[in-house]
Amino acid sequence: MEKNIARYIWTHTKGQQLWILLVVAVSMIPYFLSFDLPKQIVNGPIQGEGFDQPGATQLFMNISFDLPWLGTVTLFDGVELTRMQTLFALSMVFLLLVIINGLFKFYINTYKGRLGERLLRRIRFELVDRILRFPPSQFKRMKGAEVSSMVKDEVEPLGGFTGDAFVQPALLGGQALTALFFIFMQNTWLGVIAAVMVGVQAVIIPRMRRRLLVLGRERQITARELAGRVSEIVDGIGTIHAYDTSNYERADIASRLGRIFKIRYDLYQWKFLVKFINNFLAQLTPFLFYCIGGYLALQGRLDIGQLIAVISAYKDLPGPLKDLIDWDQTRQDVQVKYVQVVEQFSVDRTIDPSIQAVAIKDAGSIKHPLAAVNLSLADDSGAKLLERVSVQIRPGETVAIVGGAAGGGEMLAEAFARLTWPESGKVTAGGDDLLELPESVTGRAISYVSSDAYFFYGTLRDNLLYGLKHAPLQDAVYEGSGAAHRKWQINEARLAGNPDYDVNSDWIDYTAANATNRDDLFAPVLSVLDTVQLSKDILDLALRSIVSPNEHPGLAEGIVEMRHALRDELEEAGLSSLVVSFEPGAYNTEATVGENLLFGTATGPALIGKAIGKNAYFRSVIGRSGLDRIMFDMGYSIAENAVELFSDLPPDHPFFQQLTFMTADDIPEYQLLLQKLKGKGFDAASEDDRGQIIRLSFRYIEPRHRFGLLTDELMAKIVDVRRQFHEGLPEEMRGDIERYDPEHYQASASLMDNILFGRISHKHTDGSKRIRSIVSSLLNSLGLLERVIDIGLDFNLGAGGKRLTAVQRQKLNLARALVRRSDYYIFNRPLPGLDHRLQDEIVRDVLKLVRRDGRDPAIVWVLSNTALSSLFDRVLVFDRGLLVEEGTPAALAENNGIFKELVSS
Amino acid sequence: MGTTMLLKDEVQMLRRVPLFSNVEPGKLKLLAFTSDRVSYDPGEAIFHQGDTGDAAYVVLAGKADILVDSSTGPIKIAEVETNSIVGEIAILCDVSRTATVQTTTPLEALRIRKEHFLKLLTDFPEITIEIMRVLADRLSHTTSELSEARSRARKTD
Repeated sequence: MEKNIARYIWTHTKGQQLWILLVVAVSMIPYFLSFDLPKQIVNGPIQGEGFDQPGATQLFMNISFDLPWLGTVTLFDGVELTRMQTLFALSMVFLLLVIINGLFKFYINTYKGRLGERLLRRIRFELVDRILRFPPSQFKRMKGAEVSSMVKDEVEPLGGFTGDAFVQPALLGGQALTALFFIFMQNTWLGVIAAVMVGVQAVIIPRMRRRLLVLGRERQITARELAGRVSEIVDGIGTIHAYDTSNYERADIASRLGRIFKIRYDLYQWKFLVKFINNFLAQLTPFLFYCIGGYLALQGRLDIGQLIAVISAYKDLPGPLKDLIDWDQTRQDVQVKYVQVVEQFSVDRTIDPSIQAVAIKDAGSIKHPLAAVNLSLADDSGAKLLERVSVQIRPGETVAIVGGAAGGGEMLAEAFARLTWPESGKVTAGGDDLLELPESVTGRAISYVSSDAYFFYGTLRDNLLYGLKHAPLQDAVYEGSGAAHRKWQINEARLAGNPDYDVNSDWIDYTAANATNRDDLFAPVLSVLDTVQLSKDILDLALRSIVSPNEHPGLAEGIVEMRHALRDELEEAGLSSLVVSFEPGAYNTEATVGENLLFGTATGPALIGKAIGKNAYFRSVIGRSGLDRIMFDMGYSIAENAVELFSDLPPDHPFFQQLTFMTADDIPEYQLLLQKLKGKGFDAASEDDRGQIIRLSFRYIEPRHRFGLLTDELMAKIVDVRRQFHEGLPEEMRGDIERYDPEHYQASASLMDNILFGRISHKHTDGSKRIRSIVSSLLNSLGLLERVIDIGLDFNLGAGGKRLTAVQRQKLNLARALVRRSDYYIFNRPLPGLDHRLQDEIVRDVLKLVRRDGRDPAIVWVLSNTALSSLFDRVLVFDRGLLVEEGTPAALAENNGIFKELVSS
Repeated sequence: MGTTMLLKDEVQMLRRVPLFSNVEPGKLKLLAFTSDRVSYDPGEAIFHQGDTGDAAYVVLAGKADILVDSSTGPIKIAEVETNSIVGEIAILCDVSRTATVQTTTPLEALRIRKEHFLKLLTDFPEITIEIMRVLADRLSHTTSELSEARSRARKTD
């Protein structure tokens, strides 16, 4: 990349820079005219110069030039105007000039701003583009946050500077030279004094700024390192907690901030010192004028009029000069920042852009053997990881790689995936070096999976299909304003040197996933998810999620239908006691008293949480029926029981988990409350105390808490009050509660709750597990599985896929590769977190899956479990970077070699 | 709801369990409250040999067999009586279940989770001593059975 910021800006914006210079030059004309006009207005019509007689007129807007050789050229004769008319005419011209000047300024500023923003876009894109083309080894030395702070923050000032890069010095330099010229015109000697002082400023100030530049560079580097450290803390938070090193991190951050503070404070001090000296030098010149000029004038060697003219001409010099010096400061600042960034991004051996060129059409496959030729690999320190290995993987062959932890097999797999570049020798496909083939061939024909999975922030689906998004295959269709906006996008992207691929296009290569379009993608995806045993997890994710029926039309009806099917299924299996359904006319013993009373989910502010206790309608209903007294007594008993059971226990005792209606902190509060209310009853209790007590009975579940507080009569009463509550519900509260309705989907409940439409009985220890398996098979038989899995695929994985477990991440990582149709699959110990039984199952199923539909890809599997090598055609045994044995599993088992040792151990 | 057994009934039943007979009723109530009430149909397994142990069970009503897997199929080695505790070994020694417990009648039990059970032992020495007594008792039983079996084996030699 270009090292000089000025040259970089000039290369990419010279046309626009010249245009804006021209516009600025033209804008000077009305600008200077507007300077002269006030004097004309005051002297002419106001003070009456040239209007000596009443009724006198003057020529207005006479435009004529005296040109050499041609004589006087008159463009406009002008009109005769009286004094008053002239006043208005001149004022109007003044107003016009104000508007013209304003418009010029507006145009110039917007133009410069746009110029800067485009250049900023260009440079940011160029930087990210370079990251995408860095050689893999580069990333071992980079911190993500530092790089992103470079791309985001450090190049930011460049945008602001671009517009001023050439216009500002031209403009200010011109103004300063004009002022200097005027001084020279008045008096040569004083002119020389002024010029010398300007020269002194021009020499001293930049010199003093050198220190500023050093400090600026330090400030930039320390700030960048701070960004890197902050992101390390975020990424390593688990380690920090595990080892109680948070205070070490605090100390580190505090000391860094201290250093940054010191640098910044030094910077301020220098900056203001430089400013002080600069101002001093600027003021020194008039001092010399007064002192020397005055002396000369008194001596009579200088005309006093001249001196005054010089002094008044000088007032126009410091302004532009100061701005010019400020501009230079910004330029140096930006230059430093720019060089800092460019140095970081100047890397040898970047990938050639042509290798990553987008390929819309199917880029072709690798029909030739994949081969390592005399391949040696080394790590950063130069230690050999693989030594002169030559091996060939033929199309359609399955090869297991086994060996110890540092055997070298993993490194060979990484070399096949182009993640590690050869130290010597090469990796070839047919006759071509793998590193010289376009990524559109290697990145599609070869699928690589290691245990080191990275997931992008987004949904499970996005990540699962990530490996299919090579090129914008089907353009998005835009209409009306959307189309106009797209056109603008393309145009702007080109102007800033960005590619104009549309991120909204359909990038998914359905053919590669064994489908033809979005609609028939599900079947192949599901078979992959089944193979890696992830479909159950995804189903669970879906069942736990709350789904809006509007976004999934038809699903709600299906789920409601399924409720009945589930009932029948449970009945048939003799498990009908597993789930207690909600029935409008009956009390559900497995649900809380509150749930039974409301018989619905509170969704509006009037009934949610504590608000229900204050809701006038609700209180009137339970007050009228006398239920409030009963619930008060009930709550009182619950409080008594809880206090009796738990008052002796320390607050952190694990038994408190069981106390669902109180926290440990509530116990002493209720203890006091009970003493206060002892023997007094409902009527004597205050409003607040009643609420506190009644609240407890809301959470009570008889089979769980077993205090023996619910009688059949009470349950019947609660059901009756429920009926009254819903019948009399005022219109404005209808939206605050979603009633349990056997025939309707409940938008505020999870999918699973909607399917069950009841509560799982507390009596069965593995009730929820059994229900889950029944539900899953029922979803399948009712044809709802696809839709539900689809909802599970909407699950957001969070940063780096952290919302999944480590095992789920490894499975998803494998699934992401299996979704793609490739000629070579390289599996580099993809499932280290799984137990052996699961690994065994998945390896077998994967081998079956990739050969579906008569496909015949080659598979290279670096195995963590050597026993599985019997499933492969050929085994490569690595030991200490050398390929030590090679052959069919049977043949190797015969030999008394390392393989036999590995298998038996 | 006549079928629901209440906390106070459970406390009465727990008092009949030898293990808890010396524990004061207030603590027993707490134990009952923090445990889960579970019920099983006849022939249902409470846990399987080889499972990880996460809870102990106090049988309140019903009977179950203790089965151990062998090459010839499961062998019944003992019977669980009402008011006895099963499954405590796996949570005390952190090993997987040493036997399968399968009900022979409808069975009601209290399921005491591992962390609660261990907390119970540290909080109430009387329960710990009682547990030790039960275990020692079983050990002496096992020892005498073993010596019997050995002498029998010697005779057949």
